[in-house]
Amino acid sequence: MTQHYSFLQLIRQAINHHEGWKPAWNSVEPKDSYDIVVVGGGGHGLATAYYLAKNHGITDVAVLEKGWIGGGNTGRNTTIVRSNYLRDEAAHLYEFALKLWEGLSNELNFNVMFSQRGVLNVGHSLQDMRDIERRVNANLLNGIDGEVLGPSDIQKIVPLLDCSPQNRYPVLGASWQPRGGVARHDAVAWGYARAADRLGVDIVEHARVVEIPLERGSHSVEGVVIEHDGERKFIRARKVACVTAGNSGVLASLAGLKLPIESRPLQAFVSEPLKPCLDTVVMSNAVHGYLSQSDKGDLVIGAGTDGYNGYGQRGSFEIIEETAHAICELFPAFSRVRMNRQWGGIVDICPDACPIIGRMPVPGLYFNCGWGTGGFKATPGSGFVFAHTIAEDHPHPLAAPFGVERFHSGALIDEHGAAGVAH
Amino acid sequence: MLRIYCPYCESVRDEDEFHCVGEAHIKRPERPDELSDQAWGEYLHFRTNPRGEHREIWHHVVGCRQHFNVVRDTETYEIKSVYRVGEEPSSAADSDA
Repeated sequence: MTQHYSFLQLIRQAINHHEGWKPAWNSVEPKDSYDIVVVGGGGHGLATAYYLAKNHGITDVAVLEKGWIGGGNTGRNTTIVRSNYLRDEAAHLYEFALKLWEGLSNELNFNVMFSQRGVLNVGHSLQDMRDIERRVNANLLNGIDGEVLGPSDIQKIVPLLDCSPQNRYPVLGASWQPRGGVARHDAVAWGYARAADRLGVDIVEHARVVEIPLERGSHSVEGVVIEHDGERKFIRARKVACVTAGNSGVLASLAGLKLPIESRPLQAFVSEPLKPCLDTVVMSNAVHGYLSQSDKGDLVIGAGTDGYNGYGQRGSFEIIEETAHAICELFPAFSRVRMNRQWGGIVDICPDACPIIGRMPVPGLYFNCGWGTGGFKATPGSGFVFAHTIAEDHPHPLAAPFGVERFHSGALIDEHGAAGVAH
Repeated sequence: MLRIYCPYCESVRDEDEFHCVGEAHIKRPERPDELSDQAWGEYLHFRTNPRGEHREIWHHVVGCRQHFNVVRDTETYEIKSVYRVGEEPSSAADSDA
């Protein structure tokens, strides 16, 4: 039985010199068959398993992770959470997720360090400002908090931001979502893993799916073949749910499908730790950079995606240069800050920059993918609506517009560039 | 930084002279009026997105401004071959990139 985390527990463990703590979850050997197999042990996959168990009472579930929990994109993003999307469909989905974020630490009994320090999306041109006003008004109509700020208000919130009018890209204003913020990204994976494990879900690490066999007659999913401990093993499953971000195309091809997705590295860096100097999230589409300061003090900086497909978890050099330009344009004071680490995560980009959540043409196969550069913020909502979609075999109302059918019907949700989609 | 051989300039240049247009050899439907929604969707949006060899179109955007094809490994980023539009890939067309 998992320990309940509380102040009392902390005192109890302290008396025993902290030697009584048990692992937060157990990585187990897989059984021969499950009701539902979730492929991908990132935040979205673990959240899916958790809500399957909690909301739908389905506990005969395995989460298969090819690496280790928290080692994929969940631990590689820049941890920004916001819901100020332009289109109704997207705004409702992300706002639903944001509401779940607000109670997540309590729900999971795990501190995900969700900090609603506000998100500024800065505008540098007249068109930027028109878009920002339109988006903020759309947000208000959808019940999402937002405000349009002028340079003097922005300067009060972020004193280090260069708002002088002589800049090449002057700061003309910004949208401000006070309920937005950041969370500790790997704690989200750990928290969901622990909570799902508690409810009876099997978490299997170092298990890579190498085949998705289909039944001969019905062409429905039979299960998955995994590579685990150097051996191949077949796991029978009634339903297979793939939540594998950048590797979605690879998984789809195992079932003989193609997706409207291309995979590219998205980069991020962190600097050396600094004294507290930035207590909010600043994003700019026009100069293309976004940053926040973590509780450790390092600046967490996000960059753009490479201009071509790739599965190398590093990203190209031009992007580093472009991002450094952007950060120095916004914050000249940071020009002398040294960077500690740089990395890339493989993101799955849809033509309309919106996710694909739902059933696939193969019966029993479900995909939750295409979150592209902005999936972290949606983690709780994504898992919630995807679990519903799998359990009921019918899309959750919030997920209904995000079926893969939209690429045939033409009902795309045009978020690209419309919202503050700087990831 | 990729170093890409442009078959028109006949020289190897840095990646930032180029723009990747996307997957190559996607044929525009010959009879668009007769196409089903399914087929239009496939043509417009669905891509192979392989982990491994990928055939793609590159544009020498700040050079000769010509389009050409590249076979590149998306995992190792090795450029396997470069060939002009209308040609098929062959190992003889290998660049020294």
